[in-house]
Amino acid sequence: MAGPAMVRQWIDERVDLRGMFAPLMDKTVPRHRYSHWYLLGGVTLFLFGVQVCTGLLLLLYYRPSTSEAYESLQYLTNRVEFGWLVRSVHSWSANLMIFMAFAHMFSVAFLRAYRKPRELTWMSGMVLLLLCLGFGFSGYLLPWNTLSFFATKVGTEVAGRVPVIGHPTLVFMRGGEDIGAATLARFFSLHVVILPALTVGMILLHLLLVQKFGMSVPPSVEKEGPRFGNKVKFFPNYFLRDVMTWSVALAALLILAVVHPAELGKKADPFGPAPAGIKPEWYFLAQFQTLRLLPATILHIDGELIGVLGFGLAGALWLVLPLLEGRLGRKSGHWARVAVLAGLVYLASTTLYAYFTT
Amino acid sequence: MLSKAVSAPSCETAESLAKPKTRRSALRYLMGGSLAAVWMSFVYPLIRYLIPPAEAAATANEALAGAMGELKPNSAKTFRFGNHPALLIHRPDGQYQSMSAVCTHLGCTVQYQPETQQIWCPCHNGRYDLNGRNLQGPPPRPLTTFDIKVRGEEIHVSRRQDA
Repeated sequence: MAGPAMVRQWIDERVDLRGMFAPLMDKTVPRHRYSHWYLLGGVTLFLFGVQVCTGLLLLLYYRPSTSEAYESLQYLTNRVEFGWLVRSVHSWSANLMIFMAFAHMFSVAFLRAYRKPRELTWMSGMVLLLLCLGFGFSGYLLPWNTLSFFATKVGTEVAGRVPVIGHPTLVFMRGGEDIGAATLARFFSLHVVILPALTVGMILLHLLLVQKFGMSVPPSVEKEGPRFGNKVKFFPNYFLRDVMTWSVALAALLILAVVHPAELGKKADPFGPAPAGIKPEWYFLAQFQTLRLLPATILHIDGELIGVLGFGLAGALWLVLPLLEGRLGRKSGHWARVAVLAGLVYLASTTLYAYFTT
Repeated sequence: MLSKAVSAPSCETAESLAKPKTRRSALRYLMGGSLAAVWMSFVYPLIRYLIPPAEAAATANEALAGAMGELKPNSAKTFRFGNHPALLIHRPDGQYQSMSAVCTHLGCTVQYQPETQQIWCPCHNGRYDLNGRNLQGPPPRPLTTFDIKVRGEEIHVSRRQDA
């Protein structure tokens, strides 16, 4: 017997590898005209893996202090071989991961895959999306450049506008009243320790739930009844499709990272003016544009307070969408789709509006 | 028949358990109470630890904003006033004006636009006039204005006494 086979047999005799992986080997995936949408969750997970790997590499050179953060990234970009590439891949992969998470969420919403018994899978996915946005928000400050400084200023100020808990939250996030060394220290530990730990736990829960319930078949396909060959084995058939999709994602990621390397901008100056044309990352543009469009006061209430509470309410409703749908009766599916479409149209139109206007 | 058979012993059991049950619930309260106390003794210091100590508030009442002749008419600069940025404007009419550069909307740092002779916040497109009054966009309140004192060649600004 050859070496690797002997090792495998040795391990198998002790821990029963076959038994351990049996659920994965027996797993099947439904096959129908919408089944390619199932790939999006896997791509998001793959990009998270890219983030972990490139993040670990960046940690070798990054120094989390206001006097050194920007300089350490200048050094990484200009002196370290392929430093620019690692940073660029991390930045692009972050954007693609959030895009894929949104695409995955909307595909689940349109196919109504969140229906009983998968409500908790949907909610754990929403928590994962929030964690992704937390990664984006906290990671954005780390280069300590002008854009990141003001993005953090506005972002924490928005949190500060929530009644009662707003100001304590702002102080907690900033590590004081203003943005400075304490904020950078907090955001750094959040970005590299706390959020990754929470995310890994939440991903395990999400995958466990997906594994437990299997893939959801859309109601329209279910109505057509069972037909021959309507499922494929997960391993190796579907897994190979996953790997193919990941390869395409990796290729796209590398092209973007090489053609449009991440910029470093100018070092943050806490007492300098905000630069003209300042905008947050694209995934916060919808909120940004809404805050820009709201008037200063609406019925004697500050406009931004209404905006902040509106986002909170919309997010909460979105989180419990599976529970709401059940209460809408016979036409529930129709109304759920209308709500999802309205949400998508609002997010897409305000994002594009903000992107193409100054 | 079956329901009787089941319900009768359950009644009996409940009666016979009545006494130990109160003892058990008392123990549960004690146990739960002490666990809650232990939990609080962990959580309280943790929460206090997470909240940063209050810093001495920026009590700066006066700051050096710049020098005479440093700014051409219809131009401005930002300078540090305590812990926050402030704006010194040399108006087109030759007067100096100073105010907080912290936008009253969401705290971005505003800048002077010579072409419009307005103060502009690039973050959400808010506009103020030369006196700091909010004109357009989301800012809900005017900018805090400061008093100006010229000592020799130096321009000093201070908080308004009535503010």
